[in-house]
Amino acid sequence: MMKPHRKQRLMLIGLMLAGIGLAATFALKAFNENLMYFFSTTDVAEGKAPADTLIRLGGMVVKGSVERPAADLLVRFKLSDFSKEVTVEYSGILPDLFREGQGIVAKGRLDDRGVFVAEEVLAKHDENYMPPEVADSLKKAAEAK
Amino acid sequence: MSFIPAPISRFFHRTASPPHFYALADKLMPWLTALFLLLLIPGLYGGLVMAPADYQQGDSYRIIYIHVPAAWMSLFIYVMMAVMGGIALVWRMKLAEVMLISSAPIGAGFTFVALVTGSLWGKPMWGTWWVWDARLTSELILLFLYLGVTSLYGAIEDKRSAARAVSILALVGVVNIPIIHYSVEWWNTLHQGPTVSKMDKPSIHISMLIPLLLMAVAFKVYYAIAVLQAAKLELIRREPSAQWVKNLLEHKA
Amino acid sequence: MNLESFFAMGGYAFYVWTSYGITTAVLLWNLFAPIVLRKQLLRQLTLKQKRTQ
Repeated sequence: MMKPHRKQRLMLIGLMLAGIGLAATFALKAFNENLMYFFSTTDVAEGKAPADTLIRLGGMVVKGSVERPAADLLVRFKLSDFSKEVTVEYSGILPDLFREGQGIVAKGRLDDRGVFVAEEVLAKHDENYMPPEVADSLKKAAEAK
Repeated sequence: MSFIPAPISRFFHRTASPPHFYALADKLMPWLTALFLLLLIPGLYGGLVMAPADYQQGDSYRIIYIHVPAAWMSLFIYVMMAVMGGIALVWRMKLAEVMLISSAPIGAGFTFVALVTGSLWGKPMWGTWWVWDARLTSELILLFLYLGVTSLYGAIEDKRSAARAVSILALVGVVNIPIIHYSVEWWNTLHQGPTVSKMDKPSIHISMLIPLLLMAVAFKVYYAIAVLQAAKLELIRREPSAQWVKNLLEHKA
Repeated sequence: MNLESFFAMGGYAFYVWTSYGITTAVLLWNLFAPIVLRKQLLRQLTLKQKRTQ
C-alpha cells in the first residue's frame, strides 16, 4: 500500500510540475515574438517587420536571381518564402553552403528602395542528408516528371 | 506502491542497498564495456569511413555522428535525473539521490560536447560559430542547469537536504526539455528541423543512418558505464564508515 | 580509400577532428575521474582504519 504521506508528496510534486509548466507556457507565449530568430520574407514585404532597425530575414535564395552587378564583392539576390520575395544586397564573404535554392538568414535593414541591405549572411541547411549520387538521381527523377 | 507485488518490491529494496548495488555494478562492468566497444567501433568506422560524403555539406557533416547522439544524451540524462529526483522526493530512496547526482557531470559533458561540436559544424556550414536562436540558447540553458545541480549539491553540507534541493531543481528544470526539442518547430531558428524523428519520409540516407544509430546506442551504454562508476564513488563518499565499506576495504587488503 | 584523404576530410579536417578530439577528451574524463577518485578515497580509508586499530 502507498503510505498517505508519500501520496501527499507525489501530489505536491505533480502540482509543482503543473505549475511550472503553466508558468513556462505563459512566459513563452509572452516572449514568442522575441524568440523568433528571423522574419519571413512575407513579414518584411507586408511591412510587419520594423523598418530602419537591424533585423534578420530568412528565406530561400530564388533560383536564377543571384547576380554580381560589379566586379567587387557585391551580390544581389532575391529571397522567397514561396509567397513573397524580397531583394537582398550583400557585400562580403558568403558561407560554403550559400547557393541558389538554399535557405539563408540575412542580418541587416531595409533601405528606402525596399531593398534589404545585409551586413551578415548565414546559411540555414536543411535536415536532409544523402550521398551525391542519390541527390543526383532524385533530381533527375523530379525533372523527368 | 500497491500495484507492485511484494517480492518485486523486496527485490528492489535489496538491489538498492549500497553493498548489493556496488557488487552489481562491478558484475555488470565487463559486459557493458564489451557492448560499448561492439557498438562504438562499427559506429565510428561506418560514420567516418564507410558512409558517403553528404551531397551539400561534403565531409563536414560527419560531425553528426557525435553531435546528434551527444545532444540526444543531454536530453535523455536530464529526464533520467528528473525521474530520479521524483523518486528521491516521494520514496526518500538513497540510491535515486546517488544516481541523480552521479548523472549530472555526465549530462553536463554531453551538453558541452553537443554545443562545441555544433559550433565547429556551424562555422563552416552556417558561417558562424554561434547564434542566439531558440535551439542553441535553450541547450546552453541546459548546460547551466546541469552545472547548477552539481554546484547546489556541493554547496549544501548535509547531503540529505542537498539531495532534496537538487531533486527539486532537476524537476523544475525538466520544463526546458520539451522546449529544446520543439524549439526548431515552434520558432524560426537557424538550426534545422529534426532529421531522424521525422517519420513521414526518410531525411537521411540509410548508409548514413545506421552508423548514427550505432553511435546513439553506444553513447547510451557509455552513460550506463560512467554513471555506475560515479555512483560507486558517491556511495562510499556518503557513508565512509559504514560496515559494507569496511568489508570492502578488508576484501581489497 | 587512402589514409591521406581520410585525414583531410574533404578540407574540413580541422572542424571534424577537433570535434572528435574534444568529445573523446570529455568522455574519457567523465569515465576515469570517478575511478581515480574512488581509488584515492579507498586508500585514505584503509590508512585511517589501520591507524585506529
